[in-house]
Amino acid sequence: MSTQGASAERLARFAVSPARRRKDRLARTFILAGTVIALIPLALIVYYLLRKGLGAWSTSFFTTDPTGNTFFGGSSIGGIKSAILGTIEIVALASVIAVPIGIGVAVWLVEYGRGSWFAQTVRFFVDVLTGVPSIVFGLFVYIVLVVGTGSTYAGYKGSIALSLLMLPVVIRSAEVILLLVPGALRESALALGAPRWRVIFSIVLPTALPGMVTGVLLAVARAAGETAPLLFTAAATLKTNFNLGGFMNSLPVQIYKDVTSPTTAVVNRAWGAALTLVVMILLLNLIARLIARRSRLA
Amino acid sequence: MEAASIPTGERSILERSPLARLPDRALKYGLTALSALILALIVYFFIRLVGQARPAFAKEGVGNFVFGNDWNVGAEHFGALPLLVGTLITSALALLIGVPVAVAAAVYATELCPLRLRAPLTLLVELLAAVPSVVYGLWGIFFLAPKLQGTEQWIADRLSFIPFIGGGLVTIPNYFITGLVLAIMILPIVSAISREVMSTVPADHKEAALGIGATRWEMIRLSVLPYCRSGIVGGAMLGLGRAIGETIAVTILIGNAPELGHHIFSQGYSLAAAIANEFGEAQGVHRSALFAAGLVLFVLTLLVNAIARLLVVRAARTRGSGAGSAKTPGGMTALADTGAGA
Repeated sequence: MSTQGASAERLARFAVSPARRRKDRLARTFILAGTVIALIPLALIVYYLLRKGLGAWSTSFFTTDPTGNTFFGGSSIGGIKSAILGTIEIVALASVIAVPIGIGVAVWLVEYGRGSWFAQTVRFFVDVLTGVPSIVFGLFVYIVLVVGTGSTYAGYKGSIALSLLMLPVVIRSAEVILLLVPGALRESALALGAPRWRVIFSIVLPTALPGMVTGVLLAVARAAGETAPLLFTAAATLKTNFNLGGFMNSLPVQIYKDVTSPTTAVVNRAWGAALTLVVMILLLNLIARLIARRSRLA
Repeated sequence: MEAASIPTGERSILERSPLARLPDRALKYGLTALSALILALIVYFFIRLVGQARPAFAKEGVGNFVFGNDWNVGAEHFGALPLLVGTLITSALALLIGVPVAVAAAVYATELCPLRLRAPLTLLVELLAAVPSVVYGLWGIFFLAPKLQGTEQWIADRLSFIPFIGGGLVTIPNYFITGLVLAIMILPIVSAISREVMSTVPADHKEAALGIGATRWEMIRLSVLPYCRSGIVGGAMLGLGRAIGETIAVTILIGNAPELGHHIFSQGYSLAAAIANEFGEAQGVHRSALFAAGLVLFVLTLLVNAIARLLVVRAARTRGSGAGSAKTPGGMTALADTGAGA
């Protein structure tokens, strides 16, 4: 194997019995095989997405709303415009809700709560939030905002469900970054007579900004791909809707609805939409990683 | 950590006017209230969920609801055993398939792979986390499941003497394929956490093993794996939590048949799939039963995650000081993804 380090090879030649060497080689082969197996699904998914998805892409695919007219297939089924716009609107509002709250809680955990029992409790509950299945968030929001208000589905309710999902990711990543801000920076500012809030807003947050942006983008990317919380909070509609108070289509829900269709053209639309969604999420991930690399803290 | 010992500003506040003190107070109590809000929210949600689930529990009895083997919407019988079993079988399969692969990939990336390959390899495995679950479902049902049906049937025929595995007719959507796709979905989390734990093994331990003449594998077996055991188990449990709660991919792949499958290649149902699939049309007790299923799911993931965190935290504690303070960018993204941290 080419992966063997030169030193290990020399070592093996001198001291190791053939049986142990064989065992070593066997174990390494298994580990390598496991790694290769781990990479196969990614290759297959990417290949299949490109093959099926690119075939569905066209200008009209992005500029027309889906129609309910799926019986005849062909171009009459429409594109995914409303789904793309809906996803962007819902996720944007979710970020507007989750990011300030998330960073606020993270700042409290690091700057004020540090080590107190209350901070431990908050941290524990944030961890609990991380583990809650996304469909349960959908149920929560349904109970409080649909049953509770006696009204029906709406885009902003989907946003709230997604923001609950984003919160723990934002809090945890922001907390990790805030902890990296050197204590000496805070002490210098305090020593110059700056009040605590000035220290937080002028010193701590700007220093931590790039790292926090990374965490936020990863949270956004995660939320953008979620279907389950939207199913019975934002529901689905075919039309493009710029009013977050109304029904709202979204890419994941559109794909989910199309998967179950018996019509090939509709399934192809699902592939096209899936490729669009994955490209959007990968772009967010990529930007997040680039910012993380440039951050001076991490 | 020095920052912990910063005085909370008493010294400078003494010299400030009450008015200038105001923003400081406001910020402190505002943020405290915000943190308290998170707690209140979760408790509130839980109480409301219990309230909504009560009619179903009242009708069936809690024990009968969870362990009754009869999910019949038409007859208004709601025994969630087929759902619970489906959730558990698919998650167990996901762990069985996913964890060894994830750990192998982590070992390879931290111990065996050439330094130049390490970053790209890590990135590629983590990219799996960026694929949305609905896309996994789409890919699984239109590509993986039809492609593997023949192989599954062959295995089922050959192993017909083993109960629960062989003997039956393989359907395209089934427990096994669901577990397989779930295994792919939990791979990045389990691998990321394993890698992070493995990167904390002290170099002395590894060098000591190599120094007394151990081969690479013996070094991994003797000094890396024992050191990381609880961390890896914790990572696997977090993966289990993910698999249990996974909804859309499972709904697409499991077949949504409200009965106990006879073997792992038959159709079934899961708690999350039942909610996603039936909630839109559910009324009355049926709706309440789905809330109850959500509650069972919630409690189940809560338990699994609590155990997982405990193990990961303990793993972090045994590796001593510095845990959670110095993280690499890669470590941070993994952390952001899983919420795991000491």
